[in-house]
Amino acid sequence: MNRYIVAVLVNNQFGVLNRVTSLFRRRQFNISALTVSETESNEFSRITVTFEGEEDNKQQLINQLYKLPDVCSIKELNNDNSVSSELLLIKMKNDPATREDIRAAADAFKAKSMDYSRDSIVFQLTGDSRRIDDFINLMRDYTILEICRTGIVSLEKGSSTIRKVTNL
Amino acid sequence: MLLSGSDIIVKTLIEQGCDLVFGYPGGQILHVYDSLYKYQDKIEHILTAHEQGAAHAADGYARATGKPGVVISTSGPGATNIVTAVATAHLDSVPLIAITGNVPTYQIGSDSFQEIDITGITLPITKHNYFVNSVESLADILREAFKLAVSGRPGPVLIDVPKDVQEAMCEYEEKAPITPEERFPAKDIRIKEAAECINSCKRPYIYFGGGVLSGEAQDIMLELAEKIDAPIGCSLMGLSAIPTDHPRFLGMQGMHGHYASSTAMNNADCVIALGTRFNDRVTGDVSKFATYTKVVHIDIDGSELSKNVGANHGLRADIKLSLEKILPLVKQVNRPAWQKEIEKFKAEEKANADTREGMTPSNIISLLNTYINENTPVATDVGQHQMWAAQNLIFRKSRKFLSSGGLGTMGFGMGAAIGATFATKERSVLITGDGSFGMSLNELATATKYNVPMVILIMNNGVLGMIRQWQTLFFDKHYSNSILDRKSDFVKIAEAFSAEGTRATNLDELKTAFDKAFSHDGPYVIDCIIDKDEVVLPMMAPGSSMNEIITEVEAEK
Repeated sequence: MNRYIVAVLVNNQFGVLNRVTSLFRRRQFNISALTVSETESNEFSRITVTFEGEEDNKQQLINQLYKLPDVCSIKELNNDNSVSSELLLIKMKNDPATREDIRAAADAFKAKSMDYSRDSIVFQLTGDSRRIDDFINLMRDYTILEICRTGIVSLEKGSSTIRKVTNL
Repeated sequence: MLLSGSDIIVKTLIEQGCDLVFGYPGGQILHVYDSLYKYQDKIEHILTAHEQGAAHAADGYARATGKPGVVISTSGPGATNIVTAVATAHLDSVPLIAITGNVPTYQIGSDSFQEIDITGITLPITKHNYFVNSVESLADILREAFKLAVSGRPGPVLIDVPKDVQEAMCEYEEKAPITPEERFPAKDIRIKEAAECINSCKRPYIYFGGGVLSGEAQDIMLELAEKIDAPIGCSLMGLSAIPTDHPRFLGMQGMHGHYASSTAMNNADCVIALGTRFNDRVTGDVSKFATYTKVVHIDIDGSELSKNVGANHGLRADIKLSLEKILPLVKQVNRPAWQKEIEKFKAEEKANADTREGMTPSNIISLLNTYINENTPVATDVGQHQMWAAQNLIFRKSRKFLSSGGLGTMGFGMGAAIGATFATKERSVLITGDGSFGMSLNELATATKYNVPMVILIMNNGVLGMIRQWQTLFFDKHYSNSILDRKSDFVKIAEAFSAEGTRATNLDELKTAFDKAFSHDGPYVIDCIIDKDEVVLPMMAPGSSMNEIITEVEAEK
């Protein structure tokens, strides 16, 4: 199993996200993360799909996406040709016995403390997914109250853009 | 010109060359029906007994002509009633335009009377669908729908129009009918690679599907077959694309396909797959399917390439334009050894042929063959009769076989045959079973209302024959709920609908019945009685491979 990141430029209209996710559901694609946002133009939204599977599955996913009239262009992104980032919010139990250990780990990862109360601390961390996984794994030694992560956003390195991709 | 939304719908349909629609009125589509009344000299509306029948009729119209069929229904149940038919069209890549009414936009989302999220429901079974928010976008959405329906791989498009959008006024300007998106051949390098692959093989085989019909690639395909000396077989959807008696044609292949074509494909060293998708009904167990065969696959839909069977050369392109480029690159050859093998497969098929006399399925269809002409559209429902028809019917012209291949929709044929007759002005034939006919016999009302010339041949065995066959073979003859025992009298049913009908229990009676039916002005029902233990052979059991074709089944005594 490999991990693939596919960026999809779609028409910025209501229902388009539903069309895309409905396609993943009915063809049983194994999506591990999905982010959606507006882009530099209000005509388009950008969907970033993180997907685990084989090369064939990825090709099938791209081919199926191309059949949706609302999909404008698709670009496969990988570590070599792109920069990726993800944001994590994690709420830890604030226990005097572990407080210092948690803070030391957070400092080492340069996680930012966003909220501090008697019973809880919320940290924010940005970085690639591996880094976020590592931090979460470290925190598992203590009591995690809640986790929320955004999924990957990814842009190609250099000046080329997804809009320049022509249909296969 | 300032027009209401409903007028714009009808005017745009007319503008796009549509002069016939099928449908059923209801509360939220009344404005459109008022516009249909207004423009009735330019566009005809066929009222069916049920929305599903209307949508199947629009589908039949499209299959018979290649032009988009149009169905109109109301919101709520009217919209959900067309769902099966839309899915049928989707699975068989039929260009269909479905227009549904909906409650006014200010009521959407409030679960008001007869409100349903039909764009949500049909999301996975349409090529695309639209919820029309404003009257200003209406005409262009309809034009785009026509374009989408016929471009690339055809398919159904649904447009949901809320009542207030139908009522609202807007400027309308007539435009020219859309032209389908331009089609392209594969890149030269891909063409060259594919041609080299074909040149390097010894036992080529051409396997085609419905894509050859919609891409009108029959002639060039036959030229290729001639030049490389290859036999041809097809999927159910490809039937009627080339004449059945063409010397290179081995017939439909797959689960109930011809022995010769299935075996030839399994023994080929290069399969040239054109506009087809290696459906499980064709391949059986994919892992055992044509294991050592090279595959050259051309399809306008790139997602079909290597979806089910890996293609050595997958060309996402127009078949006709690509074959035109491949043809000069392939070597003219004669393959006597391969032809000798093919002759052997044909002889084996012939040895296993059903040669019994009397009311056997193949004798019935063979007799029917003497009554139909090259222009007769033949529709089927789904089940044993469908396979007997596919195996034995003789076609001479394209688009004459109308059958639900992908979805396998019982009840499809009645609407489809009606639609085909409206489209071609030819007497159509419906081959159906007592089970399937039970699902759509309400449309006899439509056939008699419009006096549609059609011959309805019910192959009546009193059971759900295909279910029974599987229960015989795979479920220890536990005939769970497959024995109909309904006591329906189809002749009386025909008469009650003001159609005519007769019963045939032997071939002489059938001949008399056909004589009457094919000269009758209007729908004619033939209740053709066959034995409940007739089976469809050959058969490739589900999950088995082409090496394991069942050619006989011990009769139940």
